[in-house]
Amino acid sequence: MLENLSERLQGIFSGLRGKGRLTEDDINQAMREIRMALLEADVNFKVVKTFIANTKERCLDAEVLESLTPAQNVIKIVLDELTELLGRTDSKLVLGSRIPNVIMLVGLQGSGKTTAAAKLAYRLLQENHQPLLVACDVYRPAAADQLETLGDEIGVRVYRGEGTDPVKIATEGIRDAIDSLRDVVIIDTAGRLHVDEEMMAEAENIKRAVKPDQILMVVDAMTGQDVVNVAAAFAERVDFDGVIMSKMDGDARGGGALSIKQVTGKPIKFISSGEKPDSLEEFHPDRMAKRILGMGDVVSLIESAAKIEAEEMEAEAAERMMRAQLNLNDFLDMNKQIRKMGGVSKLVAALPGGDKAMSQGQVDESALDRMEVIIHSMTLQEREKPDLLNGSRRARIAAGAGVQVSDVNQVIKKFNETKKMMKQFMPADDGRGRKGKKGKKGRRRRSIPGMGSMSMADMKKMQDLFKDLDK
Amino acid sequence: MGFFDRISEGLSRSREKFKEQMNVLLDRGPDLDDEFWDGLEESLILSDVGASAASTIVENLRDQATRKALPDAYAVLDLLYDQIARTFSEGGENVFGDGAAIVLFVGINGTGKTTTVGKIAKEATDAGRRVLLGSADTFRAAAIEQLEVWAKRANVEICTRERGSDPASVCYDTIERAEQTGADLVLIDTAGRLHTSADLMRELEKVVNVVRKRANMPVYTVLVTDATTGQNGLSQAREFDRALDLDGVIVTKLDGTAKGGIALAVSHELDLPVLKIGVGEGLDDLKDFDPLDFARALVGDLDERD
Repeated sequence: MLENLSERLQGIFSGLRGKGRLTEDDINQAMREIRMALLEADVNFKVVKTFIANTKERCLDAEVLESLTPAQNVIKIVLDELTELLGRTDSKLVLGSRIPNVIMLVGLQGSGKTTAAAKLAYRLLQENHQPLLVACDVYRPAAADQLETLGDEIGVRVYRGEGTDPVKIATEGIRDAIDSLRDVVIIDTAGRLHVDEEMMAEAENIKRAVKPDQILMVVDAMTGQDVVNVAAAFAERVDFDGVIMSKMDGDARGGGALSIKQVTGKPIKFISSGEKPDSLEEFHPDRMAKRILGMGDVVSLIESAAKIEAEEMEAEAAERMMRAQLNLNDFLDMNKQIRKMGGVSKLVAALPGGDKAMSQGQVDESALDRMEVIIHSMTLQEREKPDLLNGSRRARIAAGAGVQVSDVNQVIKKFNETKKMMKQFMPADDGRGRKGKKGKKGRRRRSIPGMGSMSMADMKKMQDLFKDLDK
Repeated sequence: MGFFDRISEGLSRSREKFKEQMNVLLDRGPDLDDEFWDGLEESLILSDVGASAASTIVENLRDQATRKALPDAYAVLDLLYDQIARTFSEGGENVFGDGAAIVLFVGINGTGKTTTVGKIAKEATDAGRRVLLGSADTFRAAAIEQLEVWAKRANVEICTRERGSDPASVCYDTIERAEQTGADLVLIDTAGRLHTSADLMRELEKVVNVVRKRANMPVYTVLVTDATTGQNGLSQAREFDRALDLDGVIVTKLDGTAKGGIALAVSHELDLPVLKIGVGEGLDDLKDFDPLDFARALVGDLDERD
């Protein structure tokens, strides 16, 4: 596993402080680390080369060399450049005035077009559109069935047509949309290899026949170096307008996003992460940049936490948290939420330096279960007012949960730490510092559920990082 | 020639591309200068073997070139093919040998598991095996229907349950059915899942455990991975191996321009043999894997030297 880039850069520069001034050599060494980080993230080799050359220029600037914190400055420059290159795009779907609007999806086999089509339809539905899905994959067995099932699930009409001519099905689909009063048509095409002449010609034919307002290419976030060949070929033949990065819920760093942007100039419009229809999210270049550099994606993590929380948590509990008045029931809830987000390990992995902790076996999934058992052995009153827990109560709980008293004490200690931490995070109690960075959710910005089950050291690291980046 | 021809069919395109690059290098003459080594490293990185692996390989080769006083780039390339081939793990069970077996196909979404199951079913049936398919992908919409179409094409029996049912129970049924009909090769398709999804990985673990407990023939788990996958392929393979103790890997979609270099890292680090490679959409486009041919097809073609 790659160590955290910021740590490694700090390592390089820390030995040099005494010299008072950095040399070009030091920057070169830093650039090598960044090059490695980008390559490990599957950014295309050629793109990396250009990127490093450009960034180095900026880093050689006198201000950087003479600053007291060159590591942070270099990282900041790299992040800025990456973010800039990834594009400041508005990832909202721009629909033309034509009715029906036509969106066409293209991509390799297995990139997730059909799933993305359904998600897109769901999104449009939320925006008060009346989408129609058209199944133009006549090759993969049961592909149309798949789209139909997905369409049924979200309540969107699916046109599947007869015969094996995708061009005909596409044009019929548009007619069907007009007949059934739909205002957006999403055409799901078959997966095709960019070197398959016949299939690429077919995509061109579909395009010519339906004149889509927008063509989106679906790209798997795990794609390696080859992504440039694929994207360039698709750009040349069908000239797509934007990209949906799929399978972003995995731990792939998704360097392909940068390569595509660089090679084709096409923006990333959405990221798709998960199996549920509502998991098509807007693209944030700054977060993507951090992810590519292996710096964790804390903001997205917090957002996904906030989302789950909003669904689950009652207003009352939320308010209590705002005031940092936790009780042990909240603690149970948090555990549940951590599970929903994919368990402790996923949480930790999304944090800077988390990979390292994981590989060193510092993360214990079963700790959550133990904690739950212990809390479940308490009376309702005890859960609400943890202060009640005196020695004899603790002994009783330990016996009930089948653990030692020290384990019970551990839970209570962790709980108190969490409570303390909440206080630090909550602006209600403590307005200073670190705002903007951690939660762009605005008014409902709340706790970070589950942070309590992480060690203080991790939290500290995170805070330090924010501080550094904010400079 | 036999082996070579078969693999190179699908890989010819990737080879062409690589050859072009290598030829540019080779045309520069037999000198082993910095430019050659940089170019070699670049080509390796572009084939997805990974940046650190590429630099280790090149350093190593460079060292050997000096020690063995290799005369020119060709000699270095020969050595390279050889070493790449030897880096692939070759041990392990003979999963698709003659013995009776139950094989579970696992992997992340969209790598081509169902298609691979279909192709192997056809190949094995043609070879005279009694094949039974089990559709344990009860999650993805129309996955069962997709495998049913393949079953029809290969003319083999298939065990299914309705969508949403417990995949472990489908496996149980399948094994029971296999015992009734005397099938000697049971191929089970599972739902694609990301290796980072703890719940789904646990589910899969359970499925495999059920099969291992119930089966009275050897049970194998095979990871299906996509040649276009980059460095994340290794972490996928690690997770699946940790959860299921894999027996082998199948690399699909080698008919594009992706070179599947990550397979080298996966095979080497996890000591997993590459069992088959997929080189096209056709029913018989699943080929046997030969490490040396793969290495050659990956890093240029010796026969093209004049």
